Amino acid sequence: MDQYDTLTGKGHSRRRFLRNVTSMSVLAALYGYGGIRPALGWPQAGNHDAVREVDGDTDVFNLVIDRTPMEIDGKPANPITVNGTVPGPAIRMREGRNVRIRVQNKLDEWTSIHWHGILLPFQMDGVPGVTFEGIPPNDTFEYHYPLKQAGTYWYHSHSGLQEQLGHYGPLIVEPAEPEPFDYDRDYVVMLSDWTFEDPHDVFRNLKVAEGYYNYQKRTVEDLLEDIRQKGWSQTMRERAMWGEMRMSSRDLLDVTGSTYTYLINGRSPNDNWTGLFKPGEKIRLRVINGSAMSFFDVSVPGLKMTVVQVDGQNVEPVPVDEFRIGVAEIYDVIVEPDDQQAYTIFAEAMDRSGFAAGTLATEVGLTAEIPAPRPVPSRGMEAMGMDMGGMDMGNGDMEMGNGDMEMGDQSGGMDMGDQSSGMQGDQGMTGQSSHAGMVMNNDDAKGGMDMAMDKSGGKAPWPLADRDISHGPDDHGPGAAMVARNPGNRLNDPGIGLKSTPEHKVLVYDDLKALAPWPDPREPEREIELHLTGNMERYMWSFDGEKFSEVDGPIQFHHGERLRLILVNDTMMDHPIHLHGMWMELENQHGDLRPRKHTISVKPGEMVSARITADAPGHWAFHCHLLYHMKAGMFRVVSVA
Amino acid sequence: MNTNRHLSKTVGGLLSATLLAVMPLAAMADGQAPFAVEKGWAPPVGDVPHGRFLIDRLEYAAGDDEDSVNLEFKGWYGGDYNRIWIEGEAEDVVSGGSGGAIENLDLLYGRLISPYWSVQAGVGYQLEYGPGPDPDRGYAVLGLQGLAPYWFEVDTNLRVSEDGDAWADFEAEYDFLLTQKLVLQPRFGTMVAFDEVEEFGVGQGINNVKLGLRLRYEIKREFAPYVGVSWNKKLGDTADMAKDEGEDTGDFRVLAGVRMWF
Repeated sequence: MDQYDTLTGKGHSRRRFLRNVTSMSVLAALYGYGGIRPALGWPQAGNHDAVREVDGDTDVFNLVIDRTPMEIDGKPANPITVNGTVPGPAIRMREGRNVRIRVQNKLDEWTSIHWHGILLPFQMDGVPGVTFEGIPPNDTFEYHYPLKQAGTYWYHSHSGLQEQLGHYGPLIVEPAEPEPFDYDRDYVVMLSDWTFEDPHDVFRNLKVAEGYYNYQKRTVEDLLEDIRQKGWSQTMRERAMWGEMRMSSRDLLDVTGSTYTYLINGRSPNDNWTGLFKPGEKIRLRVINGSAMSFFDVSVPGLKMTVVQVDGQNVEPVPVDEFRIGVAEIYDVIVEPDDQQAYTIFAEAMDRSGFAAGTLATEVGLTAEIPAPRPVPSRGMEAMGMDMGGMDMGNGDMEMGNGDMEMGDQSGGMDMGDQSSGMQGDQGMTGQSSHAGMVMNNDDAKGGMDMAMDKSGGKAPWPLADRDISHGPDDHGPGAAMVARNPGNRLNDPGIGLKSTPEHKVLVYDDLKALAPWPDPREPEREIELHLTGNMERYMWSFDGEKFSEVDGPIQFHHGERLRLILVNDTMMDHPIHLHGMWMELENQHGDLRPRKHTISVKPGEMVSARITADAPGHWAFHCHLLYHMKAGMFRVVSVA
Repeated sequence: MNTNRHLSKTVGGLLSATLLAVMPLAAMADGQAPFAVEKGWAPPVGDVPHGRFLIDRLEYAAGDDEDSVNLEFKGWYGGDYNRIWIEGEAEDVVSGGSGGAIENLDLLYGRLISPYWSVQAGVGYQLEYGPGPDPDRGYAVLGLQGLAPYWFEVDTNLRVSEDGDAWADFEAEYDFLLTQKLVLQPRFGTMVAFDEVEEFGVGQGINNVKLGLRLRYEIKREFAPYVGVSWNKKLGDTADMAKDEGEDTGDFRVLAGVRMWF
């Protein structure tokens, strides 16, 4: 027997529907194979599925939530587990069928499971205090709903800070129709961040001591280096700007590698999770960011990754070398490992304070080189929402010399290197003014240049061009330490610390293009503008300057209406914003072929919009998916009636 | 840090009772849908009070004539907007003399009024002891505390004693990161009195200028030993009063201490 046949059930052969395998026997085989202790949770090689029972038109799963002592990165830990592992087992549901999930709570506290990205009756959404009361200790809750979608998703606790303790897992909905791409084998790559601290202590540290986990602040050495490179006056100008705002250009992630151990499928780089392949196979990696607070930059050095699904939704395939994944986002990519024996799956934390790593290999035990750490990036002026908006200066995709582009007015500040000019509110360079499409020859200085130009041809106008945003009468009050005076389009910006070049393509939101228009062709009838706000000093996070505890009642959607949701980031942090129960169609350059997402990452100084069809009556959570931001108040209820 | 948590909970418990008495009852409304409120479900996220007790300076200060042990602390408990503060500064001469002072011991209510600034109001107590008479007084405080542009930590207070004497103090400090854990902290402080109060050696006008420079190493965020120097120069009428008492008007000290919080 070929060794790969013994691996069925870990790497999923698409053509082999071997179901109802008792995962224990598979696990036992694996433990023997990998020579590892079962206390580690997921096996070293392959994936770990939940047992699926079939009852007529319903698939049935039994999940037990408990504390299970185990080793994480070789150290004793006591995580919250689902059926004994971290992550919980992959749950494979099937489109067009019903599912029934019995969740038994063996913790001494209340718990819950939210099915992230799944459209379902709101009573089944699993958010305590919003859709149900929660699952009491020693009680069982039965979820049941029909599956009307396919793709890669995940599930996690929505109670307290349980997510940080390991209470999450992958959820795969197998499609009723064949998918528009091919692969031979598929693996879940679930990224997460583990801390040996009590998450309540983590939250307290953030609350009482700003910058507690940041050991990458600017020091005197950075100052001297800047002076050497940029000169005295430029350095002082920049320092003055940050100083006046009392902001740090190194405030990238609130919780860092100083406390986190980053995991792939529950395993640290030392524990080296491995996906096995035969050379020449197409491997689908279902990359899920199940972490509490960490954005990752994902690559498989030596291999091109073709992005085929995003947040469970098919997109036109995009070959990339690297992509950034916000918390709770999901990217399905296909890689074709060829000659080499082993490749590293590398997920570097956005702030470069650590990484998760695993291996794609022809046998267990192989490793490939881990990339050298990259320098810690610093935020630039664009993060302040002061007008450098779609103009990431390090972005190699920016093509100013495009012959198709006529610029009506070039006086709008071609001197991109001069940051002080960017401070003047120079609209010409914001990239906000894409309404004229390819040829922009209007005389208005705002005609500007469209930096997000699609090389292949036309580009849909950006609906937020020239939009007058409002920060309210008091700039959102004490809960907002800053506002973005002139937020811009950053859909073509790969984000802080990343640079897309012809040799190293990094995915941007503007690359995402749906395969077909979504069912609701209507234009939005109504717009809702929400600002992402925060005050780092007191670790207050909110929408429009008001924490959940400060607002009066939910955001109202009218049942059946077509909405445009506008998110303006008035903070220095990236926020992954998640709407439960309904899709957000991200308005990027692709018009009717805009991608559909459940979680949209919004960069500092950025403004984005999404179309929503309010077709799901009930009450839904809407929040920042950074766990401690949500906990601090960046949460709203959306009521659809 | 279980003991720390326990301690902060105990302190928190004591203070929360005070806080409840001081704070107007917050409106119970939040972002929950009426549907969930009717069912009596707890809100999905809510505000939890926190607290921190910072011993900013606990140091041995060696001078030309005398050595002292100095203490400065700031503790708070409460939410994002409303907090109870307890702050104090004391000095005890341990060598080359005797006596000491509780320069201030304040119990304050603080309210966040803008992203970086809180107003504080409350009462306080001051005591000087031995040799000679041990004067003390109570006073009311109105303060402003926060982070000024360029990251200067600022704390300023206006105090009015039970006898109607008024004075104001101002303190600013800055953290220079030499490395991620090695921090150089310059400090500046001054005091202006609107009334002369002889028993406390307070003259009218600017009383003094205090400068400090401390180099701390954060073994962890919560615990940082330091070394440093301080210079306290008495000015104007206050300096004259000190001279009359036969005291120096300038006081230079070498310091070693620890900064810690729970």
